[in-house]
Amino acid sequence: MPKNTLGEHLRQQGMSRRSFLKFCSLLASGMALSPALVPRIAQALEATRRPSVIWLSFQECTGCTESLTRSHTPTVEGLIFDAISLDYHHTLQAASGHAAEAAREEAMKENFGQYILVVDGSIPLDNPGFSTIAGISNLDMLKETAKGAAAIVAVGTCAAFGGLPKANPNPTGAVPVSDIITDKPIINVSGCPPIPVVITGVLAHILTFGGLPELDDLGRPAAFYGQSIHDRCYRRPFYEKGLFAETFDDEGAKKGWCLYKLGCKGPVTFNACATTKWNEGTSFPIESGHGCIGCSEPDFWDFGGFYEALSRPTGQTGKNAVYGVAAGTAVGAAVWAMNRAKKEEAVRGHEKLTMDELNREGEES
Amino acid sequence: MTSTEFLLWVKGTGFTLAIAVFAAGIVLRLAEIWSLGRKPDLAEAKGNANTAGVRTIFNRFIPDKGIWDRSAFIIIAAWFFHVGLFVVIFFFVPHILLIDSIIGLQWPGLPTPIVDAFAVITMVGLLAMLFHRITQPVKKYLSTFEDYLVWAVTFLPLLTGYLAYHRLLFSPDMLLAMHILSVELLLVLLPFTKLSHSFTFLLARWYNGAISGFRGVQS
Ligand code: SF4
Repeated sequence: MPKNTLGEHLRQQGMSRRSFLKFCSLLASGMALSPALVPRIAQALEATRRPSVIWLSFQECTGCTESLTRSHTPTVEGLIFDAISLDYHHTLQAASGHAAEAAREEAMKENFGQYILVVDGSIPLDNPGFSTIAGISNLDMLKETAKGAAAIVAVGTCAAFGGLPKANPNPTGAVPVSDIITDKPIINVSGCPPIPVVITGVLAHILTFGGLPELDDLGRPAAFYGQSIHDRCYRRPFYEKGLFAETFDDEGAKKGWCLYKLGCKGPVTFNACATTKWNEGTSFPIESGHGCIGCSEPDFWDFGGFYEALSRPTGQTGKNAVYGVAAGTAVGAAVWAMNRAKKEEAVRGHEKLTMDELNREGEES
Repeated sequence: MTSTEFLLWVKGTGFTLAIAVFAAGIVLRLAEIWSLGRKPDLAEAKGNANTAGVRTIFNRFIPDKGIWDRSAFIIIAAWFFHVGLFVVIFFFVPHILLIDSIIGLQWPGLPTPIVDAFAVITMVGLLAMLFHRITQPVKKYLSTFEDYLVWAVTFLPLLTGYLAYHRLLFSPDMLLAMHILSVELLLVLLPFTKLSHSFTFLLARWYNGAISGFRGVQS
């Protein structure tokens, strides 16, 4: 494990104490911790040894790495990210192929049981050849690397829930990390991509407190994913009043009305976008006029279209209603025929009384 | 099954199935009623059957004095319940969008807090009717399992919808999924239970009005 501490490393990188503390308070508020804990977080982060991190990328688009590393000017998140000892990341490292694999194996051996394994991308199970690195299938590499990991951070919706590769019809048989590794603590940092500060926040939490943050039922850090977009959305008053933008350029859209009718999935999406925001707190999708696509939720690609309102059914209901009507008509026609047959039989079986019969009955009584 | 998978199923396959059964069921029931048929009435018409039929569809919304005197409580509760249910189903914006997806028709909705108030009124109406049913000995005696079943499948969508809108007890996606599932249950049962009165009442009232109209008497 690298010798220098995180604090030393950050100072070497030219990070001022002030911006470091600012980052710590951001982290504290992001993770819903009391501000009183800020000095403790700062202290712990300062003194911690740079942890070894192995980052594996499987079936992914590199958007998660981009989100983290390209976030504008050098950010505090970026610096913290630099501060970890990233021993293997085949997008970022210079080495490739077998040399890179050698680095991974070395890091694994040196820090066995202690390194943090970060995974982005899903794992194809249908055919190991669908995605390989240096001839090693994703499945094998994950299993092997997970063995010595202290914890696994599944970064992005692909690693956390399968994401785009798993979208219907899932041609590669893609699965998330948690379907394969069951004996290690896994933190799902979902999002397509996840918010940079959430990725670093989780890493910082592990460093500061030595354990996992509190997780929700989908294994996501509750502090960041505890509330839905809808519950923190500044357009919510318009939703309540029933004022909706009907198109992206109508009066309602200009006035900032709710985007529900334009397909916003905010009501069932859990993420910190509405509070943490993107691009250094500039805005988040809804603020720039586009509904939430629900990217931090499992199977969000199959949610019936990004521009379809949440309450719209995803199946072809209209068509099936027609089939239903057709089936009903067919059975109805059969019932009709049966009823008619019965009635005709009744008519046929009907015996008319003659005058004679009536008279006879009269005599008998 | 995660709550998202559950939600996806009820929004997709589940809803498709429910709508198909619902549509088939309604058509079947209508065909059944229609095929009962009536022999042509050979007597001379003393009035217009159709106008009387249509008039009766509407004027039966107002109870006549005798019934009112005997059952004011149930009439008021039922009125609040039915009007509330109508508003909640047809004037909540997400519902309108759903209906539009099926039949391609849209109309303006009401602000959500108003719909919310109607939802509460509707539930209170339903609870009052249940209370009446279990406290009145005669009514209780006459009630069958089906009566309680249809009460429950009507109440559940309201309750889950209310919880989903206010985001209480469960996670919002779970609540939404439960709400949709409860509606699917209602859709599937509707044509085959007493709930079918939601469309057969039109036929029944029309028919009652029409026979009276034909004979020239008040219906
Ligand atoms: S824009 Fe989306 S998240 Fe915001 S209030 Fe409307 S539906 Fe909710």
